[in-house]
This record gives sequence, structure tokens and C-alpha cells, in this order.
Amino acid sequence: MPPHPSRRPRRDWRGWQFTGPFAAVFVFVFIAPLAYALWLSLFQNRLVGGNAFVGLENYRTALTDPQFWDGFLRVSLFLLVQVPIMLALALVAALAIDGARLYATGLFRLVIFLPYAVPAVVAVLMWGFIYGDHFGLTADLNELLGTDLRPFAPDWMLASLGNIVTWEYVGYNMLIFYSALKTVPFELYEAAEIDGARGAQVLKAIKLPAVRGAVVIATIFSIIGSFQLFNEPNVLKPLANNVVNSYFTPNMYAYNLSFAGQQYNYSATIAIVMGVITAAIAYAVQLRGTRREDR
Amino acid sequence: MSTLKRRTVIGTVPAALATGALAACGDDTEPAAAGSPEDLDAALERGGKLTYWTWTPSGEAQAAAFTAQYPNVEVEVVNAGTATDEYTALQNAVAAGSGAPDVAQIEYYALQQFVLSDALVDLGQYGLADLEPQYTASTWAAVDLGGVYGLPQDSGPMVMLYNQAVFDEFGLTVPATWDEYVAAAEALHTADPNRFLTNDAGDPGFAQPLIWQAGGRPYTVDGTNVGIDLQDEGTRRWADLWNRMLQPGLLAPIPTWSDDWWKALSNGTVASLISGSWMPGILEGSVPEGAGNWRVAPVPSYDGTPVTAENGGSAQSVLKQSADPALAAAFLRWLNSSPESIAVFLENGGFPSTTAELASPEFTGTAPDYFGGQKINEVCVAASENVATGFQYLPFQVYANSVFPDTVGAAYTEQGDLNAGLEAWQESLEGYGEAQGFQVN
Repeated sequence: MPPHPSRRPRRDWRGWQFTGPFAAVFVFVFIAPLAYALWLSLFQNRLVGGNAFVGLENYRTALTDPQFWDGFLRVSLFLLVQVPIMLALALVAALAIDGARLYATGLFRLVIFLPYAVPAVVAVLMWGFIYGDHFGLTADLNELLGTDLRPFAPDWMLASLGNIVTWEYVGYNMLIFYSALKTVPFELYEAAEIDGARGAQVLKAIKLPAVRGAVVIATIFSIIGSFQLFNEPNVLKPLANNVVNSYFTPNMYAYNLSFAGQQYNYSATIAIVMGVITAAIAYAVQLRGTRREDR
Repeated sequence: MSTLKRRTVIGTVPAALATGALAACGDDTEPAAAGSPEDLDAALERGGKLTYWTWTPSGEAQAAAFTAQYPNVEVEVVNAGTATDEYTALQNAVAAGSGAPDVAQIEYYALQQFVLSDALVDLGQYGLADLEPQYTASTWAAVDLGGVYGLPQDSGPMVMLYNQAVFDEFGLTVPATWDEYVAAAEALHTADPNRFLTNDAGDPGFAQPLIWQAGGRPYTVDGTNVGIDLQDEGTRRWADLWNRMLQPGLLAPIPTWSDDWWKALSNGTVASLISGSWMPGILEGSVPEGAGNWRVAPVPSYDGTPVTAENGGSAQSVLKQSADPALAAAFLRWLNSSPESIAVFLENGGFPSTTAELASPEFTGTAPDYFGGQKINEVCVAASENVATGFQYLPFQVYANSVFPDTVGAAYTEQGDLNAGLEAWQESLEGYGEAQGFQVN
């Protein structure tokens, strides 16, 4: 039967009915707050003198704000050191469980994943007790071994935080890697065995390529997580008030600007600048990661 | 959108935001303005529902006693966090234009900030300024900020609490001057390196009363003109003294109110503390192991003349957002001036701001076993009479305190020079004050 090219199709709203509920929620909880933050960032509301439109003035201030960049450098350092360590540990754990050389893999998987199930605030409070160098576990350890560990000392704070974050997220990343390994068809291993491939060769030729995509995803998540570092330092702040200052991470800076300093406009600006930087870096990593995969 | 429309939006929305942030009620809704003393009794008769934010331990019991007396009024007591946590919630509610309680507890140092953001009702219009003679001069001065913006709940004239058992064990005598205090700190720490005369990990709520006691008047506030001098003579006097404690490591670096701190007080690691007169009640409740060991003495002085300062202490205020400010004011009047309410407050270990209670033999005569039968309130009441006058806080003190660790705190971690830390703090405060539109000198 020939088509009727002359008849214009009637406008069909069925597509909207499917996407409508999502679109409404998306606009309401995602686009609207972003737009509001952008709007806020163009004003300056002072305790004396009220509100005024200042254009891009807040952005100019943010880009030259030493406290903002201090926090940014701190989370960047955190990112460069902590994320590789955490992902390497997660990969080793995933390979170990997948290799089935371990007894009770189910138990290991559960135990390594368990910290992720503990609410972050609770976990950090617990670590706060462990790190306590007056009466905490660290104090007992120092007494027992004659060491002088000071997890809250200025030079050690970032490492102490890295330890907490690694503990929290190794299991989560391990599960991502493990599920990627699980997608490898059994026939591939069989073929490798028939070809006489040994353990190391299987690892290099099959397993690592299989998790590459998952590593890219996990890296992107970790970059975002590092740049948004907030819970861990903020919960430890009362224990080490002078070391974890009000601009320790960009998110803490934004929080303190708005909640302690009532500088909602500048706080929104900081959040937007940090969001743009995070998106740019995450996007760059994704481009690079997927390009390698295509090769 | 046409250019014309866009311009209108830019013109009106910020204005709406500004009024929302600065005043809960716009130009046309100023219910408080019509108030009078008669309104309060009428409101109590009429009744209604009130929300009251407080972290005072006796808050619930006081509200219950109030409802028993005025059954038409329902009071919901909410603990919205202690001190700074509550102010954050309160500031957000003020900025958002809704969600604030009718009555809230606010420490004296933070009152001015809420007055400035036009969040509080001037109680003078309800005739509550007449209550002035009931309160100590220093607490009344703290709420009388160009209008009566709250009624004093408690006061915190500073005293020294010390562990007599530790003092006896190490042969220490109670220091009357700061020189003796530093000597005692050295003696104790030398005899046992695990023990400290006191702790201080950097706390603006502790440093500022000590600056006050030393004669420092770093802040001068006149409307929107703000003077900041954290290197005036008195402030330097305190910083120089405290350097002598900090630099040789005589201060236990344990943050006050942390779990470690309670342990240190329980096991005698920290042998004394300087705090407000509300502290004995808290110590008795929180450090049961110290029963019988603790005593109270005046704060050491610089030259032998007893002088002290207020540490903490709160007022209760009526918020402009209140739907029924007359009823809220009536509740507040009962809460902080009726003998029934204050009796409940005292039962729970509070330290009053009302002269009648401070002078009553019943109050000064109490000799708790926890303090070895010492009549501790005699010391505290004497302290309340020796509070130095003329200290002002900044109109953005809550923020100022939040950046104290960034600046002065660094001096604590490095065991460096507190004067340098104070200068850094000053610089940070000047920058903030100017950015907020104050005239900073």
C-alpha cells in the first residue's frame, strides 16, 4: 500500500505523557535550583545596605579568592593521592574475589562493602574516636608502642581523611569492578585456557580490558566525590577546629559562607565555579577514557 | 521576554528578596507596632499556640508550668540545636521569611546580629522595659540595644572551678593572681607531664570574656560604624599572659565540650577551668566522678583587684515572624520574670540574672555536697557584682567566632604568638565588615 505523503501526521502527545512526569521532577529539583543559584550569584545582599545587582563581580572575587583556591588545591591533592590508592585497592579486591582462589568470597565481598552501608556521619564520628590522641584508640596505641601518632596534626589531617574515605568507598568501587568482571563470557576464559594462557596473561589480556570502562566510571565518580568533600572534614571539625578551617574544602567554604556568614550570593558563586570546574575535569577524563577504549 | 519586562523583573525581585531577608513582615504587616501592656494579659486570656526554641535543660519543665497556669496557651518546646546550630537555623528562617519560632533563646553575644537583621520585636512597646530593675546591670545592658530585644534568662559571671583533690595531691594553692596561676600551671605540668592546670584549644567564647576581664574593649559599635582593635591595651594584656601558658605547652590542647574534655575533667587530667557561673550545675550533672572534689573560686586578677566578665548567658526574644507577638511577649514575661518560672530554672541548676534571686539567702546559702559543702553561690554572686562594664560584641559576632579557628586557631596549633593570630583575625573581620556595608575603623 502506498503511503499518503500529502497527509500531515497529527501532533502526537503520547511521548510527552511518558516523559512528562520525569521532566517535571527534573525541572523542579534540578534545573530550578541551578537557575536560582545562578540568579543569586549575580547579586550581593549586605547586612547594611540591602540587595544590589552586581553582575559578574562575585565571579571576579571568587577567581582571585585565596581561601577558595586554598581549598581547591587541598581537594586536588587529595584527589591525586587518595583516588588512585582507593581504586587500586578496589581493583585488587575485585580480582581476588573474581579469581575464586579465596575461601568464603561472599563473606569478603560483604565485609569489604559493609563500610559503604554505614552512614558517612556515623562512620566519621567513629573514626573520630579512633583518631583521638588524648583518650582515643590512637592514644592507647601510642602508649602501648611508644609511638607519637597525631592523626589530627596539620600535616596528617589530609592523610587521616584519605584513610576514612578509602575505608568508606573501597567496597563500593570493588562492586563496580566485580560486576564488570562478571560480564566476561566464560567461553573467553575457556578459549584462553585451550590456547595455553596463564594467569598473568589472562589478567592482562582479558580481565583488565574488561574493567577499563568501569575504571573510567569509577574515576569520574571519585573526582566528583573528592571535589565535593564535605561530610568527613565537617564532622571532624569540632575535634580539630584549628586544623579543619572554615575553607578546608570548597564545599565547606560555600557552606560556611552562607550559614555562618550569611553571604548566600557569594556562596552560590563558589558553588557554581566549583561545579563548572568539576564538570570540565570529569568530562575531560571521560573523553580520554573512552578514546582509549575505542583503540 | 521583552527588554521592558526583563527590567521590571530585575527591579522588583531583588527588592522582594531584600525585604524577605531583612524583615519577615513587609511595610503593611507590622502587627507588633500596635502593642501595649494591656495586650499581654488579654493575649494570655485569649490563648493560642506558641513555638519556643531553646536548649536550656529546664525549658520543657518551664513550659509545662506555664501551661498549668495558663491552660489556654499551648507551648511547643523545640531544641533546634545548641547555640551556633540554633542561630544557623534561625538565620535561615529569617532569611527565608518563614519558619522561625515565636520565642527563641539567643546568647547575649549574638543578639545584636539578629537585631540588625530586623528579626526581633522591641519589647518596650509592651511595657517590658519596666522590668529593668529586676535584672543585673550587665545582663540588662546586653538586651537593651536601642530597644528591649529580649529578657535575660541567665548570666555567666566567670569563676574558676578547680579540683581540690588534684590541688592537694600536688600541693597547689588556689591562685589569686594570673602570675600565681601561670606558676601553678608550671608546677603541676612539671610534676606530672600528663596533667594540665587547664585546657584551651582556641575558643572565641572563652578568649573574649578573658579579654573583657583583662580590660580589653576591642569592639566599638555605633549603629553601622564599627571599630575593631584586637591589639588594644587590654587585649594585648590577655594575649601576652596567655602566650605564657600556650607557648611552653601548659594548656591541654583539648577542645572544650569534646568527649575528650569530659574524660579529662573526670580523671583529673585537667585540674581547673575558668567558666561562667552556670558551669557548676553542668559539672555536677556531667562529671559525677568528681563528686566532692570540686570547688569554686574567683577568677585570678592581674593586680589583686577582683574583676570578672560575663561568659555566655542567654536572653529569650520574640521573633517578628511570630503570628501572635503579644502572646509571645506575655509568655516571655512569665518565663524570665515570674518567680514560678525562675524557681524551675534554678532547680535545674541554672544561674539567674535576676537580682532578687541572686540576693536571696536561700540561693546563696546552698552548699552542694558535690562541691564539698562549699557555699558556691556566694562566690558566684560576688562575681556577678564584679563584672567589668563597657564590653561590646560585634553586630556580626556569630560569623566572627566562626573564623576565629582560621586565624587565632593557627597560633594555637603552632603554639605561636596569639597577638599575630589576633591581628589576622582583625584583618579577616575588617574585610567581612566592609563587604557587608559597615563603616569599619
